[in-house]
Amino acid sequence: MTTTLRDPTARATRTTTYREALREAHRDAMRRDDRVFLMGEDVARYGGCFAVSLGLAEEFGEERVRDTPLSESAFTGAGIGAALGGLRPIVEIMTVNFSLLALDQILNNAATLRHMSGGQLSVPLVIRMTTGGGRQLAAQHSHSLESYYAHIPGLTVLSPATLEDARGMLWPALEDPDPVVVFEHGSLYNVEGVLPEEPDPVDIVHAAVRRTGGDVTLVGHGGTVPKVLAAAEVLAARGIDAEVVDLRVLRPLDEATVLESVGRTHRAVVVDEGWRSVGVAAEVSARIAERALYELDAPVERVCGVEVPLPYPKHLEDAALPQVDDVVAAARRAVGDDA
Amino acid sequence: MPSLGADMTEGTLLEWLVKPGDPVHRGDVVAVVDTSKSAVEVECFDDGVVEALDVEPGTKVPVGTVLATIAPPDGHPAGSPASSAPTPAATPLAAAAPAPAPAPAHRAHAGGPGRISPLARRLADELGVDLASVHGTGLHGVIRAEDVRAAAGTGPAAAAPSPSGPPATVAAPPPVAGHDAAARALDMRRSIAALMTRSNTEIPHYHLTLTVDLHRTLEWIRERNVALSLSERLVPAAALLRATASAAREVPELNGHWVEGAFVPAEHVDLGLILSLRGGGLLVPVIREAESLDVVATMARVRDLTRRARSGRLRGSDLTPPSLTVSNLGDQGVESVAGVIYPPQVALVGFGAVSERPWAVDGMLGVRPLVTVTLAADHRATDGAIGSRFLKALDRALRDPDSTMQQEEQ
Repeated sequence: MTTTLRDPTARATRTTTYREALREAHRDAMRRDDRVFLMGEDVARYGGCFAVSLGLAEEFGEERVRDTPLSESAFTGAGIGAALGGLRPIVEIMTVNFSLLALDQILNNAATLRHMSGGQLSVPLVIRMTTGGGRQLAAQHSHSLESYYAHIPGLTVLSPATLEDARGMLWPALEDPDPVVVFEHGSLYNVEGVLPEEPDPVDIVHAAVRRTGGDVTLVGHGGTVPKVLAAAEVLAARGIDAEVVDLRVLRPLDEATVLESVGRTHRAVVVDEGWRSVGVAAEVSARIAERALYELDAPVERVCGVEVPLPYPKHLEDAALPQVDDVVAAARRAVGDDA
Repeated sequence: MPSLGADMTEGTLLEWLVKPGDPVHRGDVVAVVDTSKSAVEVECFDDGVVEALDVEPGTKVPVGTVLATIAPPDGHPAGSPASSAPTPAATPLAAAAPAPAPAPAHRAHAGGPGRISPLARRLADELGVDLASVHGTGLHGVIRAEDVRAAAGTGPAAAAPSPSGPPATVAAPPPVAGHDAAARALDMRRSIAALMTRSNTEIPHYHLTLTVDLHRTLEWIRERNVALSLSERLVPAAALLRATASAAREVPELNGHWVEGAFVPAEHVDLGLILSLRGGGLLVPVIREAESLDVVATMARVRDLTRRARSGRLRGSDLTPPSLTVSNLGDQGVESVAGVIYPPQVALVGFGAVSERPWAVDGMLGVRPLVTVTLAADHRATDGAIGSRFLKALDRALRDPDSTMQQEEQ
């Protein structure tokens, strides 16, 4: 008889992708709570436009993984109705550009019913959608309109950038009694990483420091986080020690984490794929200016999407989106590295 | 209360040399302050009329405390508090101003520095640094926090002592009752202990040594001295300082400060001069912009500083942070001085005694006046190759007194 000695602290892990982590989150939620179901365009038989729900219809049946007609307004409205009726719907909208067709439902119904009913009604709805460019899908499928939703009181707006958040954010979002909008950046679905078999719960409240550093704070979220982390490595090679803050939650914004970091580094670069004017980066910059002006040793820098409809040709699309070099250049301006 | 040294956190006002109503001018000596090291004369940074003396003689106050308020000469509210602690546009001052002219109140430094970061402005306020005297090293000359810290003589480490126990504990000596000689000596000893411990804890020193033939330089001095009056006569130490300034110009990597993990070169060569006091202890007055002084002017500055340091009448401007320090123990007869760097500087040049020793010249053994120069340098900022270049530059400068001893062409 043999005895196998195992490290009791070692945890079983596996290599997976952002897409699979999302799928696992759906599977987990549907197993935990039979009120949870998924609906949207092509989510069942086709497995989702970005293959997030591949196999779920077979596993959970067409009652709980439902294909809908091509009408964002109708199926988002149906989701709101289901939530009001006591279910826990997940509505998938193919891209944020198409979500504008459902904006009336989201803003005028989902976000307002608690207030207009004097607290009698709540809409525990989760709406997931793909956002962002970089995949040559041109100007009607690629924009980053997170700021539209982050503007609306009554919504919680999430921007998972990591596998942990892709795996962990869905359940607390479903537990939230009010509507939650989740943005999945299209460039992240194929990102690989290692997750524990039994993942740790995550919150949908705080920003996260993804890298510590003392010279400059780089703020990003969603699809820009890998670029910002890459920029931090480039900066490290130049002797600039960058801290990376992943916002994670775009509404309500966790300004304390940002301000605490800027209070230590005294310089900030805010990165967002959305257009520069009136965007997420504008809001973060304003908070820093309002609350931490006397900590700033350099003007806040913004690295944002160029204000054009996102072009189709790759070289033009690359030029219109924030890139690692742009973040590096902004950080170097902030620290005064003109060598 | 101006900061009169890297390790100064507070000072005692000993004496006011002005009273309310007195007209004062920039550069006037207005007060005497006791640092833990010596009595120092504090100069006024503005023109105007003394409006109020805010601190009583005998009071110990932290660096940055407003000592007095000065009303501008023409009654417009453009003034700032006296000494080197300018809280821009002090409220009482503005209230006392007869004419409501709000705009000039924020232009205390008109014609002075350009853009100042909000953090730098706040720090300048806290550290009592006159922003007009700060050199901005940011893009387009923006004054940033590290420039203010450099001007205050407090690197980040001085502002927040390193967490490793010893420097932090010795950096805060217990308050000393009275100012008798023994207490003062103890205070000074503790200041030196804190600074030197910090240096040896934080700075990875390397030392390089070169022996230099002073034959030509001494010859040159002898010839010059014939024409100079007794009070102007040159001593070799002045030539060594002049040559050091010239070498520091040539190798700027050793002239400046280590601030927040990076070397910040200094615009000028502000040479610190280590003076040992008869009662024990050290002072490091500075020869500012030494690169612009010829050897005669250097000599005059050395003489003036030495005299006033030993009589305890140094001024605030004599104690601004140097960019490079020289230790000359030649008069003590030692052969070489492998020094400890004065943080946040990155180098210290040590000279031993000038003495006649055997020396091979052109294949023959001769007797030459030699001096051994030892460079102590911060290995974080430079490597041995740069240190060697500095010593070679110093050697060249001392072999060519005709060009070295003149003022540098600007």
